[in-house]
Amino acid sequence: MREVAVIGVGMNKWGEHWEKSLRHVFTEAAILALDDAGVEKIDSMIVGCMSSGLFVGQEHISSLLADYIGQVPVPAARVESACASGGLALRMGWIEVASGLSDVVLVGGVEKMTDVNGNEATYALGTAADQEYECYHGITFPGLYALMARAHMDKYGTTREQLAMVAVKNHANGSLNPLAQYPFKVSVEAVLSSVMVADPLRILDCSPITDGGAALILAPVELAKKLKKPIVRVTASGMATDTIALSSRREITWIESTHQAAKRAYAMAGKKPEDIHVVEVHDCFTIAEICVMEALGLVEKGKGGKAVEDGLTSLQGKIPINTSGGLKAKGHPVGATGVAQAIEIVKQLREEAGPRQVKGARVGMTQNMGGSGGSSIVHIFERS
Amino acid sequence: MEGIIGYGASIPRNRIKVEEIAKVWGADAPSYKKGLLVEEKSVPSPDQDTITMSVEASKCALKRAGINPKEIGAVYIGSESHPYAVKPSGTVLAEAIGATPEVHTADFEFACKAGTEGMFVAYGLVKAGLIKYGLGVGADTSQGAPGDALEYTAAAGAAAYIFGREKIVAAVLETYSYTTDTPDFWRREYQYYPQHGGRFTGDPAYFKHITGAARGIMSKAGMKPADFQYVIFHQPNGKFPLRVGEILGFAKKQIEPGWLVNKLGNTYSGSSPLGLTATLDISQPGDLILIVSYGSGAGSDGFILKVTDRINEVRDLAPKTRELLDKNRNYLEYGMYAKFRHKIRKAD
Amino acid sequence: MPTPSRYWREIPQRYRLEAAKCKNCGFIAFPPRLVCPRCQSRAFETITLADAGKIVTYTIIRVPPHPFSDQAPYAVGIVELDDGVRLTGQVVDCAFEDLKIGRRVKIEFRKVYQEGEAGVIYYGYKFVPE
Repeated sequence: MREVAVIGVGMNKWGEHWEKSLRHVFTEAAILALDDAGVEKIDSMIVGCMSSGLFVGQEHISSLLADYIGQVPVPAARVESACASGGLALRMGWIEVASGLSDVVLVGGVEKMTDVNGNEATYALGTAADQEYECYHGITFPGLYALMARAHMDKYGTTREQLAMVAVKNHANGSLNPLAQYPFKVSVEAVLSSVMVADPLRILDCSPITDGGAALILAPVELAKKLKKPIVRVTASGMATDTIALSSRREITWIESTHQAAKRAYAMAGKKPEDIHVVEVHDCFTIAEICVMEALGLVEKGKGGKAVEDGLTSLQGKIPINTSGGLKAKGHPVGATGVAQAIEIVKQLREEAGPRQVKGARVGMTQNMGGSGGSSIVHIFERS
Repeated sequence: MEGIIGYGASIPRNRIKVEEIAKVWGADAPSYKKGLLVEEKSVPSPDQDTITMSVEASKCALKRAGINPKEIGAVYIGSESHPYAVKPSGTVLAEAIGATPEVHTADFEFACKAGTEGMFVAYGLVKAGLIKYGLGVGADTSQGAPGDALEYTAAAGAAAYIFGREKIVAAVLETYSYTTDTPDFWRREYQYYPQHGGRFTGDPAYFKHITGAARGIMSKAGMKPADFQYVIFHQPNGKFPLRVGEILGFAKKQIEPGWLVNKLGNTYSGSSPLGLTATLDISQPGDLILIVSYGSGAGSDGFILKVTDRINEVRDLAPKTRELLDKNRNYLEYGMYAKFRHKIRKAD
Repeated sequence: MPTPSRYWREIPQRYRLEAAKCKNCGFIAFPPRLVCPRCQSRAFETITLADAGKIVTYTIIRVPPHPFSDQAPYAVGIVELDDGVRLTGQVVDCAFEDLKIGRRVKIEFRKVYQEGEAGVIYYGYKFVPE
């Protein structure tokens, strides 16, 4: 296996983009990445997108987008793992470069969610859960995570305030990110008084509906050495599956797929949790960030809430999490999220994160997750 | 000998008081309560219907019967509120209890008499030797037009009976049916609420058919009112069954155990069948019970039953009717009641 | 919500809680499946799940998915049945204040959803306080 580097990144501002179609949103991000890498021709393309079919009635987007970015007849694949589609695209692209099959691979993610109304968007997102034995009974995604939150609060004493602090921290970081959908701060009071969605989760505990794209270019390290940027290598890719139904999990308060994916990634990179300087995690809901922190081994099981409260994961903390603003403040165009997480880590390692910069960051990690934990993909990045 | 080998009841938890309904329509609650002898009625939750209540009542009947549901040869639900106009309720029930696929199913309809009809036919097939066990259910989530007198009494409930030849709990000694064409209460297709003939629903309808059936069955069996421990009549309101009992020569104490309407309302096809489950719950071996139903249109079915020793073994195997009636009640305001009963028109 | 054939296919599970028990290791698959996730065996026997259990966790859905818009707010929980199998389902006939982890509930047959005024009526299991 060859060593793989990220030689270019590109991401547009995320939000509600009425005037931009899915093709446009993706192409914008792809162009930025190609320019950043100084690359004109790619050998392969992988696109992460959860459900262009349900959102805009379009399948076959691998070819459509290859055409729109002017790269036909490049081989292209669209991959899906619910909200981990972007992370999966990165993994597949990494495999292709590491194996030697391709040199320059464009890894992109996109989701165009605002062309359907709220109910249809909720339905599309719900397809990540078990249709016949979860959704059939009226559960929603906030509902599934609310089930986890209540169990976590009951078992470990995690408090409502601690959950709110995840949103507060991520918004504080997002307010420093010009590409974030919601670049403003929120207070604990604002979170606790926002509309209840599924007890105990409120609207400010939930990530939003967003249009957005993100892309990066992978290449063997030899090619990266020719560019004048710090070399950021993808030193590990770990993935694991689990049952998609929450009721079938062994432990409702523990995300086993993230634990397994991280275990594989740590082993591949020869790293331990304490070696990681900065992390982007899948905070689709505030409770998710807490459970993920524990599953990644960054804190002891059950202690996630306390860690957030103690500031361990703030920008100034010992292990900053979601310096980009996370899904909460940056936005969550489903298929693009996994790629955008990688972009933030690359920026951190290149020391291009501006006011969000974590000093001395040399080892970063991303964790992207599908559904209520049915799939998890962890990547580790290192700067030489 | 053939008879009831298992019985069960299902009553929703929600209630609405007569005062609450009267308040909205500007009616005089005390006079309605006095005139109808009804205080409150049951209201189905939006997730309950004739089918769901039939399933729950039938499961209770199966617990008491202690048989393999695969051996049930007929499943009949009698109701005037079948959820579909075309697609049987009985097939859902048959699947839910595990009686399919070797089973006969049909839905019955005859205003409030449909329950005893299902029972009549299930019993008849067992008696004829065509099937081993037959299940007959009376269930309704009846509707009363807003502001109409029927709104105070139209309620929801289900009672299920399994008939067989062994392990009999109450033997069927006699059956009888009295039927005429009498337009006292009806609902045309596509209409949401029924209509009725006001006072015409009294003497020429309810009283004529119940007394006709009661006298007919007692004559056929060579019995008189004093021979019976208990009697159950159809209960459209509190007054009618007490009055018809008086007319026929029954004492109030014979009627009381099965007289549920003052707290339950009129459960239509479930009315006399639920009165019977409540009566069986407190009956003793050797008791003779008379049940006479009434369905507008019009007709009455009568059964004479004799309780066996087995009642003591089965009565506690499933919830008792009075328990379902008295425990865990949830009182609704009119707005929530109207929402639950789909009386509020929404945009599509 | 499902199409008629998707609904009909799951009737043994929705109406009768029919499950498949692995003949090799005893794992109970609900709904039934072809391969045991625990031991990869392919041999199963049909069983029926227990009809009561306890609440493991719950939530109250206040922003419902469209098909359930008239039902909100409603409680949904994960219930662990007495045979160890966990199911997701609505908890009804229970005041929200009375919901708690560990509360005993039993299964009841209820209407889950109906497709407007003209569509199929979907039935299934819900949980009520024991």
